[in-house]
Amino acid sequence: MNIAAAPALNHEHDTHAGPPRGLGRWLLTTNHKDIGTLYLLFSLLMFFIGGSFALVIRAELFQPGLQIVNPYFFNQLTTLHALVMIFGAVMPAFVGLANWQIPLMIGAPDMALPRMNNWSFWILPFAFALLLSTLFLPGGGPAGGWTLYPPLALQTGQAFPFVILAIHMMGVSSIMGAINVIATILNLRAPGMTLMRMPLFVWTWLITAFLLIAVMPVLAGTVTMLLTDKFFGTSFFNAAGGGDPVMFQHIFWFFGHPEVYIMILPGFGIISTIIPTFARKPLFGYASMVYATASIAFLSFIVWGHHMFTVGMPLAGELFFMYTTMLIAVPTGVKVFNWISTMWRGSMTFETPMLFAIAFVVLFSIGGFSGLMLAIAPADFQYQDTYFVVAHFHYVLVPGAVFSIMAGVYYWLPKWTGHMINEKLGRLHFWLSVVGVNVLFFPQHFLGLAGMPRRIPDYALQFTEFNMISSIGAFLFGFSQLLFLYNVIQTIRGGEPATDQVWEGAQGLEWTLPSPVPYHTFATAPVVE
Amino acid sequence: MACHRIVRAGAMALGGALGAWSGSARADFAVNMTPGVTAISREVYDLHMLIFWICVAIGAVVFGVMFWSIYHHRKSRGAVAAQFHESVLIEVLWTVVPMLILVAMAVPATQTLIRMADARDADVTIKVTGYQWRWHYQYLNEGIGFFSVLATPQDQIHNAAAKDATYLLEVDQRLVVPVGKKIRILTTAADVIHSWWVPALGWKRDAIPGFINESWTLIEKPGVYRGQCAELCGKDHGFMPIVVEAVPEAEFQQWVATMKARNPPTTQAASGGQPL
Repeated sequence: MNIAAAPALNHEHDTHAGPPRGLGRWLLTTNHKDIGTLYLLFSLLMFFIGGSFALVIRAELFQPGLQIVNPYFFNQLTTLHALVMIFGAVMPAFVGLANWQIPLMIGAPDMALPRMNNWSFWILPFAFALLLSTLFLPGGGPAGGWTLYPPLALQTGQAFPFVILAIHMMGVSSIMGAINVIATILNLRAPGMTLMRMPLFVWTWLITAFLLIAVMPVLAGTVTMLLTDKFFGTSFFNAAGGGDPVMFQHIFWFFGHPEVYIMILPGFGIISTIIPTFARKPLFGYASMVYATASIAFLSFIVWGHHMFTVGMPLAGELFFMYTTMLIAVPTGVKVFNWISTMWRGSMTFETPMLFAIAFVVLFSIGGFSGLMLAIAPADFQYQDTYFVVAHFHYVLVPGAVFSIMAGVYYWLPKWTGHMINEKLGRLHFWLSVVGVNVLFFPQHFLGLAGMPRRIPDYALQFTEFNMISSIGAFLFGFSQLLFLYNVIQTIRGGEPATDQVWEGAQGLEWTLPSPVPYHTFATAPVVE
Repeated sequence: MACHRIVRAGAMALGGALGAWSGSARADFAVNMTPGVTAISREVYDLHMLIFWICVAIGAVVFGVMFWSIYHHRKSRGAVAAQFHESVLIEVLWTVVPMLILVAMAVPATQTLIRMADARDADVTIKVTGYQWRWHYQYLNEGIGFFSVLATPQDQIHNAAAKDATYLLEVDQRLVVPVGKKIRILTTAADVIHSWWVPALGWKRDAIPGFINESWTLIEKPGVYRGQCAELCGKDHGFMPIVVEAVPEAEFQQWVATMKARNPPTTQAASGGQPL
């Protein structure tokens, strides 16, 4: 696909242009690699904060009765767990990977808009400081769920304007990041790097960036309407004032469904990069992968109603959203079939990144199957708002999005640091994670089907056993992630030196660079033939 | 890899268990949806099982091929990578075949959805209003109205007393309905959004302030059917259960008479009309 002739390598020896030292380097940096690192470290911190919220939730749900937290604080935890994991962990991790990898993969010297890049990162710590500070306000943090449905969200106390402002800041950051990705990909590709030669990670990020620009302003608009309803006497969502609480849900999910794909499409790109490497075989159906990604992105705009099958839409509306939602299975299926065809008759090895990629294919597919079940509107009347839904979206987000991020980090870390990862520790982390995540989330399917609603701090006795099993899985999965942290730190500090090629079957421009990758790369563009 | 075979074997075993245990509704370790006690709920259950088995079949084929490949096409077994990377025929096939499977799912789903939407010709109409954190039921033709509140004592919730079998699923006053009659349920709410859900009836419907949603059910078997609020509605969202008691027609009429005697219709209009 892309063959690198690299006359530019001579220019990488300009070591005098190394990074400045001290705190200023990180505050003022406009270097895509530094900013990528900042994003990834921030994401890791948020992953552990959001994860600790989840562990308190699972500890409370270990057995029936109220033991650890009161119901109102429980609701704060579920709300903040979601906001922190979505906007703080998963999205910034993908932006971090984009920052590191897109310039390296397309032969660009940096991102197109480096100062904006710095700004879009440094907004995030303030946004999350604001969001998390609400826990210490009188009345506590937001407790109406991350979906912020009115009228419940309007009952939030002093935390409310803080939360809205934090969401605005996250949105601004995301939009700027997306503009940067698009500007970089469309303008800074090396000669010969045509669109249809770009690595799939770059393609999926290009499409993701358009989704972000399309929907983040929609979220910003609707949360602003919430704000004016609460403080300025408007009645957008207040039925007593002539407003419509369901309209919020329509606007929110018009943002929310594309948002779901924002969190998975770059993951598809990572998996499409890793599987060919370790199968030592070109990706099967490159063009159809691109078209499938674009189709999924298009469909994401016309399926939002499946989050709202039970609000009482007209029959025609429910049928429309049921059919369009079912259609998503087609391009998603194409992707899975392409990955498996790439493995077929390859020459596979199973290093840590590949293990995570294979687990992604299997477990994401299970999340896809339950997604197809949820698309069937009459059956959704049973599934909606139960643990079946919780199991579904955690299967696509944890062994889906999170595994793809970890696969990507394990895959590219040797290139970034010049050190191979500790493979033994990586495999141990993989096995504990894959067992933990299934023990954690698989029983939640059963709980939902047996009738357990989601977002409850206490439950009827027939749900006890599977909740206990799920909680045990949660602690196993949660604490296993410390191995990931340890492995990443150890790899940064030292380890077996990595070759430039790193992985035997790796293809692409980034592998033509030395390991560790110099501070400035592709000052002169390579030529792709 | 061994791990994936284990995961898959686990998934298949659990799938089998799901099929085998599908009959037992309320046992501990219940792994599946209940077929319920209405014609609609059985249709929903059948749809659920149909899609489930289709997914299991697709999963078995897809993951089967993948694990076969993982076992045979590994470098340690001396596999040499082929270099093919395209086939128009197979790509068209795996786009078209899933489309056909989806159509096969959509047909019965559409039929069920249309039947669920038809609430005409009901014998009894009950307005269900969600409050933070209790339900209000009003029988529009009979002139009966009352609140239904969690009956589980606080001691049990705070682990100071042993928990009943119906822990968190008992109310002070049940929703009594006749069996064999079409019951129209109108859901709305007085404060925030709630959702009225009794799994044995096969559906849930949101209760939204300013909206009146229409649903219906026809219960075939006398019995007590329990459910819960399904839409996050604040602090005590987990503590506003629903208990439906389905009784024969004669017993229902008797209950209506008792309720009317206890609460004469004149005061009923004031207290049960729209207690805001």
